[in-house]
Amino acid sequence: MFSDFDFDVIQRSLPYLFKEGMTFTLTITFTAMSAGIVFGTLLALMRLSPFRPLATVAGAYVNLIRSLPLVLVIFWFYFLVPWIGQWITGAERPVLVGPYLSSFITFTLFEAAFYCEIMRAGIQSIPRNQVAAGYALGLTYGQTMRTVVLPQAFRNMLPILLTQTIVLFQDTSLVYVLSISDFLGAAAKVAQRDGRLVEMYLFVAVVYFIMSYGASYYVKRLQTRLAVPR
Amino acid sequence: MAMIEIRHVSKWYGEFQVLSDCSTEVNQGDVVVVCGPSGSGKSTLIKCVNGLEPFQQGEVIVDNISVGDPKTRLPALRARIGMVFQNFELFPHMTVLDNLNLAQIKVLGRDLAAAQERSRALLKRVGLEAQAPKHPGQLSGGQQQRVAIARALAMDPIAMLFDEPTSALDPEMINEVLEVMVALANEGMTMMVVTHEMGFARQVADRVIFMDEGRIVEDATRDEFFGSPRSERAQQFLSKILRH
Ligand SMILES: Nc1ncnc2c1ncn2[C@@H]1O[C@H](COP(=O)(O)OP(=O)(O)O)[C@@H](O)[C@H]1O
Ligand SMILES: [Mg+2]
Repeated sequence: MFSDFDFDVIQRSLPYLFKEGMTFTLTITFTAMSAGIVFGTLLALMRLSPFRPLATVAGAYVNLIRSLPLVLVIFWFYFLVPWIGQWITGAERPVLVGPYLSSFITFTLFEAAFYCEIMRAGIQSIPRNQVAAGYALGLTYGQTMRTVVLPQAFRNMLPILLTQTIVLFQDTSLVYVLSISDFLGAAAKVAQRDGRLVEMYLFVAVVYFIMSYGASYYVKRLQTRLAVPR
Repeated sequence: MAMIEIRHVSKWYGEFQVLSDCSTEVNQGDVVVVCGPSGSGKSTLIKCVNGLEPFQQGEVIVDNISVGDPKTRLPALRARIGMVFQNFELFPHMTVLDNLNLAQIKVLGRDLAAAQERSRALLKRVGLEAQAPKHPGQLSGGQQQRVAIARALAMDPIAMLFDEPTSALDPEMINEVLEVMVALANEGMTMMVVTHEMGFARQVADRVIFMDEGRIVEDATRDEFFGSPRSERAQQFLSKILRH
């Protein structure tokens, strides 16, 4: 059945697929993860703040983002970011952002909402008296969070944060709507050009599967290792 | 001289009044034991002393500084008041030594070498020098509580607050913690101790306070309290816990 197939096209396009496509996919995944966790943690602290307006704003943002399809958000940001840029900088016309930068910003802001909820659960899992112990020693709110609460919350939530990142890794393929050559986008271009759709999409699926499955296997092992007593 | 003054403090959780017009004081160098049934507001009262719990009425003065005054910098005040919790509350992700170093460096601004020196001296004092590189989870409950006391002492506090420091411990570990506390009392540390260890109270307390339903029902010298507590509730309570 595979006799008509030309698997050689894969070999020929490997350098392009990985050097361009996978490099972009991994870059956006790790950027959105790092920035998303930082921003998401700030959102989580805001949501848990006793100062109501702060909690409301953060809560509204998170709920809004989590109720919208990612593709829609990608589109909206692509069209909106130039206008927001203009508004912030006070420039005369919309700021040229381009699909690449726009996709980085979108994924960071989108993922932050999900990382926020994970970090919020993590922060709430720390006994209240741990915070009291930090305060009792004279640490400020910021110092208590940085040195006592967040390291423990982050550690407890690491497996879930990484699992969310695996989902992010797969979701980055949606940048194809902005015609970006991520791993999937690059493969799609080769497939169209050489008329080898089945071979290329099969190969792409295998690569995504191996990487995602390998990563979740690693997370599972990490989970058992972290489950050592506190 | 009163180191801690509590004047007419009342506190509510919504409708529920947890503290009702509580007044007492702890003089410099004195040990005051606070006892009373569970839920009577002992933890809440002691947490008002270092501002961990806000209160709606009354005043708490520590070393002439008003805890409830919005202008008071609470972190600076708390750094001078040691606190020991029922469940130790060591930071589980840090070594024992780092638990002691942390606030010395972040709050007092000591450099690492000075902090380490002080930490090691205090660990030695509570008999746990060898445990410095371990994590709290590797220690027994009694050892963890002794580390927690050392951590509080590392800040060179003017007073120490204890909230049921031995209640979470296995019986055979209670004494090792009480011994450290007795030694501290004998050195003249100002202490406010929530505990049901009446042996400890008899040995070092200057005064005993009995609380019930958010009120200070009895505030007597040790001899008065153990001789003949005035209120019936205190008598009942005493006979109940002394039977054990
Ligand atoms: N955060 C809170 N919200 C509402 N009620 C509380 C809170 N903390 C404590 N309480 C109540 O206040 C009362 C006194 O609690 P506490 O000071 O912990 O008592 P104790 O230390 O004497 O056992 C209890 O009835 C408890 O249920
Ligand atoms: Mg209590």
